[in-house]
Amino acid sequence: MTIALPAAPAPAPRRQILVATAIACASAFMLIIGMIAMWLKFRAGAPTRDSSDGLKIIKDWMPAGVKIPEVAANVMLITFPVGALMAQWASYSAKRNDAPHRSLALAISFLIGLAVVNAQIAVYSQMDIGLADGQFQTMFYAITGTMLLLVVGGMAFSLVAFFRSVGGRDNDVDVVNAHALYWYFLTTAFAVVWFVVYVQK
Amino acid sequence: MTNIDTHVGATTHAQGAGSAFVVSIGQWITSSDHKKIGRLFVGTSLLSAVLAAVLGLLFGLERISPAHMEIFHGDATPQMFALYQFALVFGVLAPLFVGIAIAVVPTQLGARAIAFPRLAQFGFWAWLFGALMVDVSIIGNGGPGGGATDLVDLYLLGVALAAVGLLAGSLSIATSVLTARAPGMTLDRIPAFSWSALIGSIATLLSLPVMIGTIIYLYVDHTHAQLVFGGNKGINSFLGWSLSQPMTFVFVIMALGVLAEVAPVTARTEQPLRPVVLAGIGIISTAVLGAATQSAHILDWAGTNSDKVKSTLLHSLFNGLPLLGMLIVVLVSLLCLKVGTPRVTAPFALSLLGALMIIVGVLGNGLYNLKAASLDGTVFSEGVVLYLVYGGLLSALGALSHWAPLLWGRAIDNTKLLGLALIGLLGTILASFPLYIAGFADQPANTVMGFDYDGPVALWNVLAGLGHALIVLTVVGFVALLIDAVRNGASVSQEASA
Repeated sequence: MTIALPAAPAPAPRRQILVATAIACASAFMLIIGMIAMWLKFRAGAPTRDSSDGLKIIKDWMPAGVKIPEVAANVMLITFPVGALMAQWASYSAKRNDAPHRSLALAISFLIGLAVVNAQIAVYSQMDIGLADGQFQTMFYAITGTMLLLVVGGMAFSLVAFFRSVGGRDNDVDVVNAHALYWYFLTTAFAVVWFVVYVQK
Repeated sequence: MTNIDTHVGATTHAQGAGSAFVVSIGQWITSSDHKKIGRLFVGTSLLSAVLAAVLGLLFGLERISPAHMEIFHGDATPQMFALYQFALVFGVLAPLFVGIAIAVVPTQLGARAIAFPRLAQFGFWAWLFGALMVDVSIIGNGGPGGGATDLVDLYLLGVALAAVGLLAGSLSIATSVLTARAPGMTLDRIPAFSWSALIGSIATLLSLPVMIGTIIYLYVDHTHAQLVFGGNKGINSFLGWSLSQPMTFVFVIMALGVLAEVAPVTARTEQPLRPVVLAGIGIISTAVLGAATQSAHILDWAGTNSDKVKSTLLHSLFNGLPLLGMLIVVLVSLLCLKVGTPRVTAPFALSLLGALMIIVGVLGNGLYNLKAASLDGTVFSEGVVLYLVYGGLLSALGALSHWAPLLWGRAIDNTKLLGLALIGLLGTILASFPLYIAGFADQPANTVMGFDYDGPVALWNVLAGLGHALIVLTVVGFVALLIDAVRNGASVSQEASA
């Protein structure tokens, strides 16, 4: 027989938010990886044709007229680690009870999220493709839109952590650490999306 | 907290029975008590089990005479099959164990509450509304292959929302096991069911997002372009894996945990090979590899020796490893009976029979993926799903009867439950095994008309229909016994089954 346990004492904090965030990040990473796998499957299955000079085999995946703005995509790639750095700065400050720097770092990470959203909109605007124009376009919007939603989630996390910090929750180290972990996840996930969708296309 | 509860009770008493009922409903809807959330999951899943079994019964009846009987119109049949499969996997199997884990795991850990109770509560409502959206969309001709475009979108959103709900519940469970254990309770000391809840939750958290990613693609395509994934007709070919094997293996991990938990109690001894049981449960989680890669590798001995070895290895990895884990858990659990002084208890009978049915399902899946057997596209696959789902259902009923004193403060009559266990076993075998045989006779899957083969077509389908009817009887009988125990039974110490 399993021995029944007595009522528990007041629960000691055991990094509940950090652990939950880590699991949620793993879960969200599977979401992105699953979508990338689907992208690769469709790209591999795209029809091929000979080039006009007959020397090359061309895969009809990305339409000829579509150009991915690499500058904006690369800027996004660089922006994400900066966001993670700011989040880590917030974590560093929180451990040292440095409230002003913690709040400042969280606010900057929110603004960096905003910059990423801006860059993504710039990518959409410069590409000027319709969602229903073809296979590539539909899947491009689906995968980058999902990534954008995850970034918006990161911004919301930054905002909540920022207001808690400004509100005087000096013992909020767990939340700030979890926030940093989420930004590391965003950086890694976008690196994968950038390489497969923006570089390999 | 106690003061508030007392105050509410006193107020409702003064206002009369009607408002007390409303307050009670309000408390259930908004409760963050893990036992209430768990019981909501369990109750709704059992209702869904009845719905699924009734659909199975109707399909069985219609297949008796494929040429003459017409319960469902031709166009509606694929959609009703989609509803049937959704109800079995996402209406019964997955939420039933999530609900049991939410209700039981915190008490096993010595925790005051589940981690993030509001998240668990959100999980229940998201899952419920997602399931309802799926039901509404299919009834309105919006399921896979349906003609109502807006309702097809609703179907996709419903499946995604139900999955999000299950993910939320799983996140609460996994975080609880990892962070809310009583002081001194290390991970290797947690009860076997909590271990299986951790493993099952993480496996769910790693596999369901892949399905959600597919739904995002399908939804974006269906609402705007309808040129990548074949519109409404293509939904099943891209999403069908999530209602099939090895995805279902992920959801039965906790069923084996129930057996591992109940067996030592029945044998009145400690599990002598506890680490081996925990390792066995861990090995079952390799099913997540197949679920996340959407692969059920076919064993094909054609080609070169290298091809044969590759095919055998992949088949063993995706089908054999989960089976190995299940066999380890069952055999080591049975070892307890030899070591201890066992008595016949209904929870043990239900959980053991459930686990055995699941193993028959997994073995069937191994056979289904054997190319030489030529079972692809036959009802054999439906038989596999039914073995897994109804086996899981039996295990869940075993868990509920084992923890009834904890959840309801009452014990369910052991003798009557043993009778129900036998009916449930018979129902599971009758609902599934005839489809195995019909599969070998090439009866096509997901259709009720336009087929014929040499053999007693009517017999196999009558038996299958009868099996579903017995499952309905089992679930209804269990609920009746539970209600009887709650109303008339003597109060039992909660510690008896904690």
